[in-house]
Amino acid sequence: MSGATLSEALRAARGGAVPWSRGLVLPFALALVWVWSIHVGWLSSPLAIQPERILLAPFDDAAGREIWRAIAASVLRYAVGTGIGILLGLALGAAMGLSSTVERASGGSFHALRQITLFAWIPLLTAWFGNGEASKIVYIALSAFFPVALNTATGLRNVPTSYREVSRVLSLSRRQEIRRVLLPAALPAITIGIEIALISAWIGTVGAEYAIGNGRGIGTFVSEGREQFRMDIVIIGVIALAATGYLATRVCRRLSSLALMRASGLT
Amino acid sequence: MTEFTELAIRHVTKSYVVDETPLPVLQDVSLSVLPGEFVSIVGASGCGKSTLLRLIVGLDDVYRGEILLGGTQVSGPGADRGIVFQDHRLFPWLTLTENITLALDAFPLPAEEKAQRVRDAIALVGLSGFERARPAQLSGGMAQRAAIARALVRRPAILLLDEPLGALDSLNRTRLQDALLDIWEAQRTTVIMVTHDVEEAVYLSTRIVVMEPRPGRIRSVIPVELAARDRAAPDFVALKQRVLADLRH
Repeated sequence: MSGATLSEALRAARGGAVPWSRGLVLPFALALVWVWSIHVGWLSSPLAIQPERILLAPFDDAAGREIWRAIAASVLRYAVGTGIGILLGLALGAAMGLSSTVERASGGSFHALRQITLFAWIPLLTAWFGNGEASKIVYIALSAFFPVALNTATGLRNVPTSYREVSRVLSLSRRQEIRRVLLPAALPAITIGIEIALISAWIGTVGAEYAIGNGRGIGTFVSEGREQFRMDIVIIGVIALAATGYLATRVCRRLSSLALMRASGLT
Repeated sequence: MTEFTELAIRHVTKSYVVDETPLPVLQDVSLSVLPGEFVSIVGASGCGKSTLLRLIVGLDDVYRGEILLGGTQVSGPGADRGIVFQDHRLFPWLTLTENITLALDAFPLPAEEKAQRVRDAIALVGLSGFERARPAQLSGGMAQRAAIARALVRRPAILLLDEPLGALDSLNRTRLQDALLDIWEAQRTTVIMVTHDVEEAVYLSTRIVVMEPRPGRIRSVIPVELAARDRAAPDFVALKQRVLADLRH
């Protein structure tokens, strides 16, 4: 494949041949309309604030500067909760995918619990673990746990019979069969599970901060900004939320694919 | 090399249960294969020829009758039998060397000897230089050679081939047939090959087993006694016609 066709293929894979500078036209136009309508006095409510106020918010006053510690708190909470959730999800998913006894014993409960909307867990969790950090971590872990467990179990169960037959014909030990055959064959499904978990855990992080409310975090930062009618804080909070979520999921995705490749001997 | 062992298939009957009705696949199949023979099994689809191979290799233990290797009942897969499937079934995440080394996993050999055996097997099938290639980087013919190397590296007494060349184009097919002959002559392994291709069976075998379907039975066993392996020779063509006539019967 020549260089040109490769880059074209990559661009097509990223979703279209539109250069991304063209994608900036609409947001910039909207921002321009926003600034202009405030300057000519069309928008004068206290909710209409100038864009430069938003950019200054993280550096200006004490309430705004709180954003940095909020980001740090959210990222830390996300990392801990997601880590726990993914590890437990891998463990239960592997047990269910590899052992029909475990699948029969726990599969029913697992699929019943999976049907519960994540937000419905919050009252229970706060009752069990209190209104503090523990509830949030458990909630984030739960939101990462289900997709990982489900995809790991399905991925392992769906390994083609043809591969299983080869490992039988070659008299592989169970350990070698798992390490060299089942795990690598299930790897794409497991990776997808982890990617879903990374995104769903970030939503869980912000959701837990909104719903449980106290302590630090971007979710709390935004909801406090709204209570104080600080639109600059709300908007910069939302921007930070999107950017942090994007970066955190990207970094975690990279780390998890490296870890999985190592675990299955692909590096 | 494992000691020469005779394979004896005695009155093997096998049925699958479909919707609670037993569907006979093999009916009273008996066949003896002597060490060093190259036996081809031909027959229409559904005559149970692939099922028979699965029973011999030990992937399926549910049947009536006996399959004896050197006088001992076969139970489960073992190092004395190797199989090559129609789809090569190499693991795409392993290199050629890793795929073949995995076949020696259950062998208590020093790593150095394993490496030497793997190198020998790769050389035997003519894939030296491709040790680090992954299956996706190999052509269909090369992948099938690799699958043969994976079976041979265990030095089985019997090599079972389930339509190993069925998915190849005719040029690759002819090349691989000659490669198979070379391997068979060099290793003195017993070979049992299932094939659709009568000419291939005549070209390669010392004996041809013709099977008929529903239920799968042996119709005839035809010894191959040719002056030379020449596809155009009159005795070759005549034998091919005879097998074809038996198949159509």
